[in-house]
Amino acid sequence: MDYDIIVVGGGHAGCEAALASARLNNKTLLITGNINNIADMPCNPSIGGPAKGIVVREIDALGGEMAKNADKACIQIKMLNTKKGPAVQALRAQADKNIYPKEMLKTLKDTENLEIKESLVEDLIVNDNKIGGVVLEDGNKITSKAVILTTGTYLKADILTGSNRTPGGPHGERRSNSLSDKLKEYGFTILRLKTGTPQRVDKNTIDFTKTSVEEGDKEEYTFSFSNKVYYDVNNQTPCHLIYTNEKTHEIIKEHLNESSMYGGYVTGVGPRYCPSIEDKVVRFSDKERHQLFLEPESLVEDDPEYGNSIYIQGFSTSMPYEVQEEMVHSLPGLENAKILKYAYAIEYDAIDSLQLNQSLETKVIENLFTAGQINGTSGYEEAAGQGLIAGINASRKINNQEPLVLKRNEAYIGVLIDDLVTKGIKDPYRLLTSRAEYRLLLRNDNADIRLKDYGHEIGLINDEDYSKYKEKINNIEKLTNELKEVRITPKKDVLEYLDKLGTTPLKEGISLYELLKRPEIKIKDLKEYINLDYDKEVLEEIEIECKYEGYIKKATKEAEKMLSLEEKQIPKDIDYNKVSNLASEAREKLIKVMPTTLGQASRISGVNPADISILMVYLRRKYNEQ
Amino acid sequence: MNDTIVAISTALGVGAISIVRLSGKDAISIVNNCFNGKDLTKVKTHTINYGFIKDNDEVIDEVLVSIMRAPKTYTTEDIVEINCHGGIIATNRILETMLNNGARLAEPGEFTKRAFLNGRINLVESESVMDLIESKTNDARRLAISTIQGNITKLIREYRSTLKDLLSQIEVNIDYPEYYDIEVVTKDNIKNSIEVLKKDLDKLIKESNNVMPMKQGIKTVILGKPNVGKSSILNKLLNEDKAIVTNIAGTTRDIVEGEINLDGILMNIIDTAGIRSTNDVVESIGVEKSLSLIKDADLVIVVLNNNEKLSKDDKEILEKTKNKERIIVINKVDLDSKIDLPKDIENVVYTSTIKEEGINELKDKIKELFNIEKIKSKDYTYLSNTRQISLAKKALKEIKQAETALNKNMPVDIIEIDLNECFNTLGEIIGETYSEEIIDNLFKNFCVGK
Repeated sequence: MDYDIIVVGGGHAGCEAALASARLNNKTLLITGNINNIADMPCNPSIGGPAKGIVVREIDALGGEMAKNADKACIQIKMLNTKKGPAVQALRAQADKNIYPKEMLKTLKDTENLEIKESLVEDLIVNDNKIGGVVLEDGNKITSKAVILTTGTYLKADILTGSNRTPGGPHGERRSNSLSDKLKEYGFTILRLKTGTPQRVDKNTIDFTKTSVEEGDKEEYTFSFSNKVYYDVNNQTPCHLIYTNEKTHEIIKEHLNESSMYGGYVTGVGPRYCPSIEDKVVRFSDKERHQLFLEPESLVEDDPEYGNSIYIQGFSTSMPYEVQEEMVHSLPGLENAKILKYAYAIEYDAIDSLQLNQSLETKVIENLFTAGQINGTSGYEEAAGQGLIAGINASRKINNQEPLVLKRNEAYIGVLIDDLVTKGIKDPYRLLTSRAEYRLLLRNDNADIRLKDYGHEIGLINDEDYSKYKEKINNIEKLTNELKEVRITPKKDVLEYLDKLGTTPLKEGISLYELLKRPEIKIKDLKEYINLDYDKEVLEEIEIECKYEGYIKKATKEAEKMLSLEEKQIPKDIDYNKVSNLASEAREKLIKVMPTTLGQASRISGVNPADISILMVYLRRKYNEQ
Repeated sequence: MNDTIVAISTALGVGAISIVRLSGKDAISIVNNCFNGKDLTKVKTHTINYGFIKDNDEVIDEVLVSIMRAPKTYTTEDIVEINCHGGIIATNRILETMLNNGARLAEPGEFTKRAFLNGRINLVESESVMDLIESKTNDARRLAISTIQGNITKLIREYRSTLKDLLSQIEVNIDYPEYYDIEVVTKDNIKNSIEVLKKDLDKLIKESNNVMPMKQGIKTVILGKPNVGKSSILNKLLNEDKAIVTNIAGTTRDIVEGEINLDGILMNIIDTAGIRSTNDVVESIGVEKSLSLIKDADLVIVVLNNNEKLSKDDKEILEKTKNKERIIVINKVDLDSKIDLPKDIENVVYTSTIKEEGINELKDKIKELFNIEKIKSKDYTYLSNTRQISLAKKALKEIKQAETALNKNMPVDIIEIDLNECFNTLGEIIGETYSEEIIDNLFKNFCVGK
């Protein structure tokens, strides 16, 4: 056996998978088409956002790399949704496209047990439905106990602009031509998906006076719980905001049929949440303008591709080059802009995620795992989250350990994977806060409390980090107890202070904890009565847990209900054809998904509560007999 | 199976006694909360306890409560059975009281399901359990699809659609925070939507409660002096429809003792004790008691003797019932007419129970008065059963919680939790709970993307 684990692909999923595998002491090989493209950011120059930013925190709590690496590449950062509630706040950073891959490559190279090889994988070694390694484009074979496919958009990738279709990946890279056909032969269902990206223009040719400035936050933030800050909070690089106009829309409408999409040249299914600008103009024809952000790709000026490049967020299109020129020049400030890279749509092959287990191991081939866009998701964060889980679980599988399956009330990563393997996808999947039914539990602030125990137990969080975290937990408990013990009474000075804070006067004595429940009272306000010499994170945690206690309890109770169904396992050898009385739609879906628990079964669309009851009874009867 | 379920275990409206059954860890405490009698949490297992079920301070029924503690019970959980009087109204109110106190309405076959899942029923028995659950769930499935009236579905869908738009607007603000062209939901927006929905739901619940008696039975009192033929009229109505009359004394409120199925519409005859025992309501229970009966009744049938002049009692009854839905039956038209009925009296029907005349006219009059054809043709929009009303009340409670959160200045994400619950509860009423709805709506209505 050449390696324990082979990771195919060096994108965000592949990097996390390879690092997790190697750090868990498996001899690991990462195979990529081009070492210089490892951890590349082929689309937007930012990391995080609602839900996604929380995924990055979760990756950090589990011992993954994305958070730390994004902190190193941070050139601007914001906390989003600060006024909308504790559960939906999330970080979003502009990340330097030069630094991010460079730092990640450094980390990979510095990691023990990890080798990197440049090549394309065109086939797998499969014996009796079990993986044995990979076959390279030159016919050479490399053997391993497990393989993780993180091929991104590279399976039969086609770049589309107008009627022009060019085989190849985002940077004109070579694509894998036969791997998806081989996967089909092995029994995978192959989907054709589409995504797109906007133009990049030369920042020296933009008139920024015609734009409005978008600054970062004045407070320091990091994705990683290690809280190491690499950027200067007072010197962040801004983004700029502009809007499309009537002229832009006219150009688009006039040339609509020349776009790949409306010209009928696209066969893949594009994401609903990421429409191209022509989609927006057609579908929302009543809107007079659409907003566009001008985002810097890198501050490293001598970077040949990204150095002077500005990304036009919101302007993704598949128009031919000459139309794109017209479109870009119709924008305010971009009248004379030089396009460095044209927008394009990209089509690629993916597998049907219903053919995956919760561990991300495929149901078709044992010890074969997949993560990222090959599973039908989009987004760097979604890819990295899956890559980490695939890396962890491939390692656990070959070491005969139970897989790590995060539940929907534990992590956005859990929601993401459960959605993939239970509901399947039709268009590229993006995480949204609205997909998480227990999102009040899945917050930015408590990702470590939710997941660090797992990270430590698995072996990706070292003892030092872990004891630091334990100390935080102890402090939270200690201060919470103190707040509950210390009481204030309606004495004159207290009443005066409360009046100053703009809150209603006390009628009788209450604990500080009770006082903190008042919406207008901040934890800092209590410093008059208690020692608050703790980390910011500790105070923040207590404040949220206190203020929203009732709602958090409610969410926890709902989650418990779900978990009780989650504990009821469905044996792998169940034959749904023998379960009489199931509705036929439910039967079909159950056969396709093969849920592992009743909880998962209950989330399949088309399987209703009556079917679950029937299934429950069947299981009791059948498996109690034995 | 952590929650406590409740259901009416006996067929509605058939037996003399109905049983409301609860199973689950809170079964005993829930009943105890609304029980006037011994402390049920302290009584021995497998005992029967006498007392009253109350809804707040109002006594609903005199009952016998069987306490059976886990594990030696049908479901192996704590079980409480409330033996109450077999009328629909009392039984339903007891069920409703249990729901209000924290029990959940059992799904069809759920007691048996629990019994099975908890290993109470053995393998031989399980085949029949399967059949039972199958038939019941299939019924439930069919019911969910077909029996809910179109109007109420349409109405609830409208409420949901308003909420759905509000929710997707909130969601899009959260998931796409930097889309400046998308209108940000303000607390005023939410407040307005909440106000409207609260009012609508409140109205719907009230109206449904008003319609329920007609749907569930018209409370009817038959009054008259001795020997005018009250029982004969009752018997004519009963015999022809093969309804069952029960006779239970000593009860306290609205006890339905006889049920008449009048072309599919139920009439509940209230307190026929007088008629049956002494054949004289006024004499046996006194004018005072009969007045309180009149007050509660949806319909009063006053029976008078064609062969006699109006007595003082007759006149008093006519006076006291003049503002009620009322039918005056002039019986014994086979004899000479000596009655001196005032001219302005309406809804008069002439019968002869001996010659079996006029009974059909009486029935037609009842149907006419209660607009029964209209109800049957489903022109009304109302919730038609306890399950629906209980869910509507839950939705109303949730929308009020959202209002409270809003007034307490909670952030929008927190308010949304209550709104979401309300949205799902409304969906439950009409069998539509599909979690992707809001996401679909979001992408359909808002222009977001990279």
